Amino acid sequence: MIMPQLEIMLIGSVVAVACVLPGVFLVLRGVALMSDAISHSILLGIILSFLVVRTLDSPLLIIGASLAGVLTVSLTEMLIRTKRIKKDAAIGLVFPVFFSIGVILICLKASNVHIDTDAVLLGELAFAPFHRMIMFGIDVGPHALWVMGVILVLNVALLIGFYKELKLSTFDSGLAASLGFSPVLVHYGLMTVTSVTAVGAFDAVGSILVVALMITPPATAFLLTERLPRMIGLSVLFGVLSAVAGYGFAHALDASIAGSMATMTGLFFTLALLFSPSQGLVTKFLTWKEQQVQFSAQMLAVQLLSHEGTDIESSENTIDNMVDHMGWRERDARRITRYAVQQGYIQREEKLLSLTPFGRELARKISIS
Amino acid sequence: MSASSSGKGNIPAIEVRDLTVAYREKPVLWDIDVSIPQGVLLAVVGPNGAGKTTLIKAILGLIKPAAGQVRVLGKPYSRHNRMVGYVPQRGSVDWDFPTNALDVVLMGRYGHLGWFRRPGSRDVELAMAALEQVGMAEFAQRQINQLSGGQQQRVFLARALVQDAPIYLMDEPFVGVDAKTETAIVDLLKALREQGKTVVVVHHDLQTLTEYYDWALLLNVRKIALGPVSEVITEDNLKVAYGGRTAIGVL
Repeated sequence: MIMPQLEIMLIGSVVAVACVLPGVFLVLRGVALMSDAISHSILLGIILSFLVVRTLDSPLLIIGASLAGVLTVSLTEMLIRTKRIKKDAAIGLVFPVFFSIGVILICLKASNVHIDTDAVLLGELAFAPFHRMIMFGIDVGPHALWVMGVILVLNVALLIGFYKELKLSTFDSGLAASLGFSPVLVHYGLMTVTSVTAVGAFDAVGSILVVALMITPPATAFLLTERLPRMIGLSVLFGVLSAVAGYGFAHALDASIAGSMATMTGLFFTLALLFSPSQGLVTKFLTWKEQQVQFSAQMLAVQLLSHEGTDIESSENTIDNMVDHMGWRERDARRITRYAVQQGYIQREEKLLSLTPFGRELARKISIS
Repeated sequence: MSASSSGKGNIPAIEVRDLTVAYREKPVLWDIDVSIPQGVLLAVVGPNGAGKTTLIKAILGLIKPAAGQVRVLGKPYSRHNRMVGYVPQRGSVDWDFPTNALDVVLMGRYGHLGWFRRPGSRDVELAMAALEQVGMAEFAQRQINQLSGGQQQRVFLARALVQDAPIYLMDEPFVGVDAKTETAIVDLLKALREQGKTVVVVHHDLQTLTEYYDWALLLNVRKIALGPVSEVITEDNLKVAYGGRTAIGVL
């Protein structure tokens, strides 16, 4: 049973990498939800093409389905251009209609074939290894791996070929247009790539994982780096990690494989959101806390300075008095005092606090400025 | 006769004829005729909603006009796009984009590179030199969202410089910048004019017009006046553009 397991992880990883490449640019352009729209409306394209060619193995299916994806994008943008409706609403208007017509057509016309409305959302990754690719009578591997492998190679080639154009039109479409690089062409190129990738991945992993893989690893990477090449690299890494860890998770719990992989993308995102060294919420909170303590310790030094050498020094310059006068909670007062001692601002004898020469100098500087 | 041979100086840098632009039936620019000679430093002024940015975008072909035509050095812009360096409004891009200042400046070289070709070491040298020129060399590797507004604007100017174009169009480069950057931009504009370049700048502050520019185009949906600053910025013209009291208050 080792081979099918490896094959599933491999298919998952190839799908992941193929999805994150266009996904990075969807996220940066603020049109990530287009992947949701595309990955749903291709169902209509698949079923319409199927009704024409009457087989599920024809490459015409991929072309027909991709056209449905691109059509969704252009209809959505037409709606946006009327300026009668907001962008997010326009995205949400077109694809549910397409998707629903697709579902109805499956029920009416194709209920006896292998397009299953249940499998639409989460795919059938567990069965992918059973659908083999036979070339010249030889079994060369799972069909899905070949399809996605070809799409991955295409995506990598296009990314390398048009990297500069993609970057420019994503960052500044006005400059791109003024320099003669058609941002419209680049946009529809990206949308076509997204559609073809979604169609290829749809059969193996279903539409939810397509959306999860296109949006979440790039969004995760965005929190961790400030360079586009690294963002792409990290997206690939998180995509593959999600596929592999997701498979392990599904295997252990005997749960949906695609569902587990999608869950993993979310888990990695949450971790990055909390702990990213530059933008993580926890990281930021800790830095803020640290700054607060540092500020309070300096205030403490200034306070000590103002009573230094006066006859009330012995009663004023104590921890208890800090709690009273500065309005600090006892626990905070102890922490701030400890910090001030550590930093060499003050020294402590029993309850009495006094400035070190360094602390005195610091307090003078602060009170002057 | 080609533009590069004799008679070059006589062709207007930018010529706009009968230009009308409308957003949803509402005209933003109405029947504009403008001829900007080569080598001037020109301010485009007018109240909010006068169509200043729209004019710049129409010259660049970023907006399709309802009527009229635009010529850049005697030819339609689409066949001439290396002739114009463009500085869009700072707010028109997402500064959280994962890249650094040097990389943004390098984008100015993309027009010379064309499709597929990547910037090389020569382009990096030019980009560094441009950053140096706007006083931003030490920030080359800085993530762009960590730059101040003035620094971001100077990065945009450096990017225009590496386009090495005979004509520059700049959309409100002075908005939201500090005094230091304002001086740096003015010096740069004047240096470009000394090199014989034509510079067109959308400008807001009427008080600095005479100090910074030699020509002005006063606009409010229609063209009100075009010519040397002293001839354009008259009380009567400003009244037409801004409506009575504002204009007198400003002068």
